[in-house]
Amino acid sequence: MISAGIDIGSRSIEIAVLENGTILETRKSDTGFDPIGQAGKLLHDLKFDSIMATGYGRTLFEIEQDAPTVTEIKAHARGALYFFPEARTVLDIGGQDSKVISMDPSGKVSRFEMNDRCAAGTGKFLEIMATALGFSIDTLGDEAMEAEKDLIINSMCTVFAESEVTSLMARGENPREIAKGLHMAVVKRAASMLRRVSAEGPVVFTGGVANNPCIARLLAREIKREIWIPDNPEMNGAVGAALIAAENCTFH
Amino acid sequence: MKEELLKKLQQITEQNLLDIEAHKEKGNHAIGFYCLYAPTELAVAADAIPLPLCGTRQAPIEAAEEVLPRNLCPLIKSSYGFAATDTCPFFKFSDIIVADTTCDGKKKMFEIMNDIKPVHVLQLPQNQDTLISLPPWKAEIEKLITVLEKRTDRPITTEKIKNAISLMNRERRAKKRLMDVTKAKPSPLTGMELVEILFKTGFFADKEKGIDLMNEISDLCHKLIEGRESPYTDKTPRILMTGVPVGLGSDKVVKVIEQCGANVVAFENCSGYKQTFQVDETKDPIMALAEQYLSIPCSVMSPNQGRMDMLKEMITEFSVDGVVDLTWQACHTYNIESFHVSKLVQDTFGLPFLHLETDYSESDTEQLRVRIQAFLEMI
Repeated sequence: MISAGIDIGSRSIEIAVLENGTILETRKSDTGFDPIGQAGKLLHDLKFDSIMATGYGRTLFEIEQDAPTVTEIKAHARGALYFFPEARTVLDIGGQDSKVISMDPSGKVSRFEMNDRCAAGTGKFLEIMATALGFSIDTLGDEAMEAEKDLIINSMCTVFAESEVTSLMARGENPREIAKGLHMAVVKRAASMLRRVSAEGPVVFTGGVANNPCIARLLAREIKREIWIPDNPEMNGAVGAALIAAENCTFH
Repeated sequence: MKEELLKKLQQITEQNLLDIEAHKEKGNHAIGFYCLYAPTELAVAADAIPLPLCGTRQAPIEAAEEVLPRNLCPLIKSSYGFAATDTCPFFKFSDIIVADTTCDGKKKMFEIMNDIKPVHVLQLPQNQDTLISLPPWKAEIEKLITVLEKRTDRPITTEKIKNAISLMNRERRAKKRLMDVTKAKPSPLTGMELVEILFKTGFFADKEKGIDLMNEISDLCHKLIEGRESPYTDKTPRILMTGVPVGLGSDKVVKVIEQCGANVVAFENCSGYKQTFQVDETKDPIMALAEQYLSIPCSVMSPNQGRMDMLKEMITEFSVDGVVDLTWQACHTYNIESFHVSKLVQDTFGLPFLHLETDYSESDTEQLRVRIQAFLEMI
């Protein structure tokens, strides 16, 4: 059977279509101001037997399309297990939230923590900081890795951090070093959430921010644990949802 | 049947304000209380109606923030806001306010509230060591007797305290019996119904009316249990809520949990099971009150083993599938104590645990829903 998963996040929408455990197709677009319209466009001409929605827009999708939903917590846990069957811990840093999920040996979620109150430590935070520094979001991580010294950024609030960055630039600090300091701030926040929720073992790192090479490298150094990143880390939630859709059908 | 009783509850609630007015017109008094620690028996012994004033609604918070800091617990802001805007009839009826030095936020707020209406503040010890803490606490209770006697112009005799203890014990037994009906699997009541019943009966001027109504509801629930009538099935997840108090207006977490398909069967908090104690009727009444009230397991106590003991008992007795620990924003004591609660729930009982920190506003309902749904997926 063919199953689809749709992850309607605050910044982007991902769709994954799977057949018997193999990914047939993935699609992605920005969420914009009309998530359901965007989702409809992405789904156009796709063929599948069942679909499962996750992400913050899942309830809206459930009403519009009469599709079952699952929380992003469960979807990310399931997706991580697909890419890394040994996975027990997931760190997901998406556009506007971040979460850590810990699983028991059977793969069931045993605890989780989530920050979705503000943009602190998320993709949106890095995006705004890239603009403030004059870098593109795609190369921000590479630029930061060129830094020669460590700068400490104290503010985690996106608004306060932006003023801190402005005053650092006014002091004549190198933008690359400021960028590295910002990356370190994101890593410290993720690391403390990781330590609270899961004590040891490799960490599967998912979400758009996992594409940033500087975050992954600093994180590995900070927590002294292996970091596993799937090929398309932002697809993890959609893949997880598609797998749960297939499993639910077999179950019934 | 259940609907009729809830309707009756509503009728008595509407009649209640008139009852309090009539009681006061006869020259009697009403005394406002904010925490569980102050013995309401002493008000009853002075022929006064004890009224619980703890604020549970969002509406007066904006006004409170003109005086109090924004980053303060919503319960404290709501309580003060009702007083400052004069929008709570029960505050209006109160001739004097009895408060306690529980948490830092409350005790400093009471200093400001004193400008609106006289507040008598009991100095509550911060631990329950009977050797060290009981003597000063007993002295506080003796002082309260003098204060209330003066304010109400009624002598508070030993005999009257004994009678009041006996009446309040009966009320607490009725309350416990009501809260225990949800031990049945599936439960005949929803968590929201339980919140509503406990909240409304708390204000009743006539204690006997409240006791009778609670018993009537319990009797009906036992019939429903026998007939296996319930809004739920054997598979409905059974949730225990612990932490800060919950009342009408501050019940959004209960609402979301039940909207997500679970049933809140028990409340380990001061609006719930912490009210189920009995005061020893065989001892000297003032000593018995001091001992019993000091042992209330609020997170302001350090250490607070009593809460862990109560949780252990309740997790088993109510056959719960998961525990939600609720903290009002900026409530440091419950927020920090959540560490020990999570260890108890997850490590000792192996049950799913969720700690939520929120306020009275609706702004984070969807964020709460994601956490609650993910928590229920773990069951």
